[in-house]
Amino acid sequence: MQASVTLKKLAERFPGAILETHSHRGDDTAVVKKESILEICTFLRNDESLLYNFMMDLTAVDYLGKDPRFEVVYHLFSLKHNMRVRIKARVPESDCSIDSIVLVWIGANWFEREVYDMYGITFNGHPEMRRILLYEEFEGHPLRKDYPLKKRQPLIGPIN
Amino acid sequence: MCEYGTWQQVIPYTDRLNYVSPLINNVGYALAVEKLIGVQAPERCQYIRVIASELSRIADHLTNVAAGGLELGAFTAFLYFVEARELVWDLIEMLCGARVTANYVRIGGLKNDLPDGFQEKTKQVFARCRELWKDVDKLLTKNRIFIDRVKDVGNMPADEAIAYGFTGPCLRACGVPYDVRKSQPYLVYDRFDFEVPIGETGDNFDKYLVRMEEILQSMRIVEQAFQQLPSGPVNIDMPQFRWQSKDDIGSRIDSLIFHFKTVIEGIKPPPGEIYQAVEGGNGEVGFYLVSDGTGKPYKCRVRPPCFPLTAAMSRMMKGRLIADIVPTFDMINMIGGECDR
Repeated sequence: MQASVTLKKLAERFPGAILETHSHRGDDTAVVKKESILEICTFLRNDESLLYNFMMDLTAVDYLGKDPRFEVVYHLFSLKHNMRVRIKARVPESDCSIDSIVLVWIGANWFEREVYDMYGITFNGHPEMRRILLYEEFEGHPLRKDYPLKKRQPLIGPIN
Repeated sequence: MCEYGTWQQVIPYTDRLNYVSPLINNVGYALAVEKLIGVQAPERCQYIRVIASELSRIADHLTNVAAGGLELGAFTAFLYFVEARELVWDLIEMLCGARVTANYVRIGGLKNDLPDGFQEKTKQVFARCRELWKDVDKLLTKNRIFIDRVKDVGNMPADEAIAYGFTGPCLRACGVPYDVRKSQPYLVYDRFDFEVPIGETGDNFDKYLVRMEEILQSMRIVEQAFQQLPSGPVNIDMPQFRWQSKDDIGSRIDSLIFHFKTVIEGIKPPPGEIYQAVEGGNGEVGFYLVSDGTGKPYKCRVRPPCFPLTAAMSRMMKGRLIADIVPTFDMINMIGGECDR
């Protein structure tokens, strides 16, 4: 299949950082090294022929049993060129962190906190790395595949 | 939670995302799974999905404007629009038997075809809705008290709105004409003639005006869809992926077998990952699905439109009065079910 403009550009600009690409069902996807995520995102937003000005979605997937275990998934959208791209960065459990992209898109702030809350992946350089949906005392990260489905954690006592 | 049920069992959960416009979420999820499988629903089904989505959007905007008015003291406007919403919900009830938790769309099709007399009923409802719309327009759009509370409150420059990830009416109020229905038409939206209203400053008054106009545009879409509505089946002819009709299960052995297979094991989309966006009441509702080839979704992620909007509350409220929180929060239309999922 013919690689799209975005994937071609990425491959030219970052030959060492792109691990694999595909366009399954027309969704352009690039798996990148987690160390270069900030650089790649900045490039995608600023390059004249790409201009990915929307950070539509940021989430993570837990591939329990695989190494690296987590994948952080970014969905970007370019209003000017009407294109979408998916960027994925694999994060191992032993070093469960990735650079924050809040400096590129301010809207990533809450999304990164949500991923931290649900998966326990830390975002380096994030201005406020706290839980967002759950309370501070909550133990574990509920969207991890090894978190028991029916586990209950009642919040006891008033919050000080 | 979605990852422990079958693909079909996710649909009722999507109702609860934005519970004022559940049908759009249903449609978005079904489209996402269909994209994952690589099939397209029949044409008649697509038209009915458009009708259902637009009815939902009307109900969503009516509720938002009504509640927004109510919280600023415009109780009459609230009553008028709630009457209109009740009428739209009557239509949705006629369509699928439920008013709020619709659970109407199925993967590869629909629960049922349009009921008899639906088109005539819609015509009557729209006639009444337009009357009510005019009344509310008179009550609010030039109302000095309302304007004082919403104008120049909650402004957002377009570039910042984009950086925050705004979509839907709130983004369009900032002057950015982005609508998923226009820019990446799904279903049969490219066959309809409708306008995408935009505002200028992104303040609450613009958001209100955009929503008011979109109500009228959605009615236009529904009317055009009825005119173009083709005949034919509403479910795809691929029994391993679709929901079997109850009549067939009772009379045909193959349907019964597929019923057991799809209910117990679930339908099995090929391994892969996709992202599908639809234009929801509040903005882009995106579904990111990962399949590992089994009957259950490996990952089912919803991109909530009001999460980034809520994130920008502090930005919009900087240097404002406490009283300004009320209209601003109303106009971003934060829906809890969608915000925290």
